[in-house]
Amino acid sequence: MIEILLADRCTKCNICVRVCPTNVFDAVAGEVPVIARQEDCQTCFMCEIYCPVDALFVDPDCDGPVEVSPAEIAATDWPGQYRRDSGWGRWRHVHRNESWRMGPIFAEAFEILGIPRPPSFPPDTQKAAPPSVPDTEQVRDAQ
Amino acid sequence: MTSQSMAPLELHADVVIVGGGLAGTWAALAAARQGGVVVLAEKGYCGTSGVTATAGVGHWWVPPDRQARAEALRERQARAFGLGEESWMSRILSQTWELLPTIGGAFRFPTDDDGVTQYRTVRGPEYLRAMRRLVKRAGVRILDQSPVLELLVHVDGSVAGVRGVQRQAGVDYQVNAGAVVLSTGGCGFASRLLGSQNNTGDGYLMAVEAGAELSGMEFSSYYTLSPAWSTMTRSMSYLFGTYFDADGNEIISDGPLRPEILARAMLAGPVYTRLDRAPERIQRQMPRVQPNFMLPFDRKGINPYTDLFEVTLRCEGTIRGTGGLRIVDDDCSTTVPGLFAAGDAATRELVAGATSGGGAQNSAWALSSGTWAGQAAVAYARRAVRGTGTPAVAAGGVGLRPRREARPVDTRAVVAAVQAEMHPYDKNMFRSADRLRASLSELDAAWDEVSGHLRATGVDAIRAREAAALVASARWSYTAALAREESRGMHQREDTPATDDSFTHRILVGGLDRIWISPERGSGSTDLADLADATEGIAS
Ligand SMILES: Cc1cc2nc3c(=O)[nH]c(=O)nc-3n(C[C@H](O)[C@H](O)[C@H](O)COP(=O)(O)OP(=O)(O)OC[C@H]3O[C@@H](n4cnc5c(N)ncnc54)[C@H](O)[C@@H]3O)c2cc1C
Ligand code: SF4
Ligand code: SF4
Repeated sequence: MIEILLADRCTKCNICVRVCPTNVFDAVAGEVPVIARQEDCQTCFMCEIYCPVDALFVDPDCDGPVEVSPAEIAATDWPGQYRRDSGWGRWRHVHRNESWRMGPIFAEAFEILGIPRPPSFPPDTQKAAPPSVPDTEQVRDAQ
Repeated sequence: MTSQSMAPLELHADVVIVGGGLAGTWAALAAARQGGVVVLAEKGYCGTSGVTATAGVGHWWVPPDRQARAEALRERQARAFGLGEESWMSRILSQTWELLPTIGGAFRFPTDDDGVTQYRTVRGPEYLRAMRRLVKRAGVRILDQSPVLELLVHVDGSVAGVRGVQRQAGVDYQVNAGAVVLSTGGCGFASRLLGSQNNTGDGYLMAVEAGAELSGMEFSSYYTLSPAWSTMTRSMSYLFGTYFDADGNEIISDGPLRPEILARAMLAGPVYTRLDRAPERIQRQMPRVQPNFMLPFDRKGINPYTDLFEVTLRCEGTIRGTGGLRIVDDDCSTTVPGLFAAGDAATRELVAGATSGGGAQNSAWALSSGTWAGQAAVAYARRAVRGTGTPAVAAGGVGLRPRREARPVDTRAVVAAVQAEMHPYDKNMFRSADRLRASLSELDAAWDEVSGHLRATGVDAIRAREAAALVASARWSYTAALAREESRGMHQREDTPATDDSFTHRILVGGLDRIWISPERGSGSTDLADLADATEGIAS
């Protein structure tokens, strides 16, 4: 569950308030947001990926709150881990999106298991590109 | 109650889309591209909410090569256990191939090691962020943090719009519209499945209150592995695991493929795994392949490739099950005029039959059904043959307008009652008539309490309606499961373990206080049913 909002990093942009799918935060005029409804948190980490300054920490334990101290968390790379590994914001030129490897990884897993790949799994990396890709607008990475 | 000045915020649109996940954003885009005035109402935030946003989806992605497509259809038909329809499968294959690359204007598809653009698998946060941008650019008005509570209907039974509440502002709102698309996702029965907390079956409840029918609700017994203490139900890496009981005895190595064996073991005691067969190269790649997969482990100080950790199986309900609103035409219309269903809110039996559509068909279906529903909804609203000019009535009952005297109802206890009947493996995964009946009597009691006495208004109505929708969905699921006196696909009955040809048809269910059930005449194809013996798939 969401545990920590590092007040000294927070820029009061209220992005977390807007994007949390379960409405856990409340905005406070002129102040940093508060974690107002921790019990509603669905441990989805989306607030972390959206926070531009790595000020949020979600503990992976989804069943209830845990004791963690802001100082301990601030000393780790966890608040920015999801954003970094996703290549968002300042990481966009550092980390490639390699989601396409899921096809080959599934294939390798079945090979290791020594069983034929069940039909529900995608075959090796799809090489063919669709015949026509309609006009696209410029990529505008507003992130 | 009429629709006039019911709510402080009143909007008018051709189409209102309920739910801004994968299906809802495709629906909004399609409706707006037809020139419709479109409002999209989302319980959370359109872009982070729903089960695609928090994970990532591999689409059913097959080139338009005659042989490749025929092969793909044959494969899936064989695993649909006689309940799928090849024409629908074929349509979603074409639609997905054509449309998925068009989001390239807002999303940079990755390239593989050879520089070839890869479309099939799209990461969730990026996918939904891109969909939000496209939807906004198309001129759709998005209402975030604005759960829809109920449908509005004209006196002739056609839909007239929706009523909901903006939970951050604390104000009620209403959208008067010529047509409504329900894309509220499946029902995960509050199981802490990644990203599913908003998916409480609200769309099923609203639609049934307006007279719609459900199909395939018995196919709600799919489960996915995750660490025992975590929501992270991304199961690909579990293929590399070796599974042990508490005494250190090995159970199996192909865990995700045989969840029933793990579930049996879990009924006896805790089960542990270690993903020890993952090659080191893949271990290093994982953070860039599925960036959220390692978060829980790193933070717990667990190396999942060398350390044993406890796992659980989380109930997916109809999310990676296949039940949902019955579709009666190619345009994704329901039996209620002006009401369309898309994505997991609709039945996916048409494209996946009795086997989970996770890992391929579900996302292709969300994209395609959303697109068709969005287009058809605009066309319907323009024709505006029904209901126009007549007053609209709010169709919601349970949780809003109790049948008996209003009194406090503990909605948390109601949700807990649903969890207690829908999560246990020996109730939902391994079913039997006695146990289904016992569960139904608990669920009926919960329904009686909620529908009899709960009256919530404003922001409180959100939890009330969620609790009501969870109980209603559970009752529809188990009533259908009781009626299907055989085993087929994910629906496994210990008292009737064989597949019975006389059940090679879809089962419809509906009704509120009294639930009805009926076979869908003319659905299903027996000659295909006996082909089905393939391992049930897992999704990513
Ligand atoms: C971990 C995981 C991995 C998956 N991987 C794959 C895969 O690889 N391939 C594949 O094909 N499928 C996969 N699936 C399935 C796929 O994600 C779903 O089929 C798809 O997301 C369905 O889209 P949807 O829009 O119907 O539902 P969702 O994306 O869940 O969206 C539903 C939306 O409706 C909103 N909502 C609910 N109630 C209301 C209300 N009352 N008012 C307003 N809004 C409301 C919710 O907040 C949510 O945003 C996976 C699912 C999971 C859980
Ligand atoms: S998103 Fe981050 S910086 Fe912005 S208000 Fe929230 S915690 Fe502060
Ligand atoms: S983890 Fe998800 S639900 Fe919890 S606060 Fe963050 S965004 Fe909200």
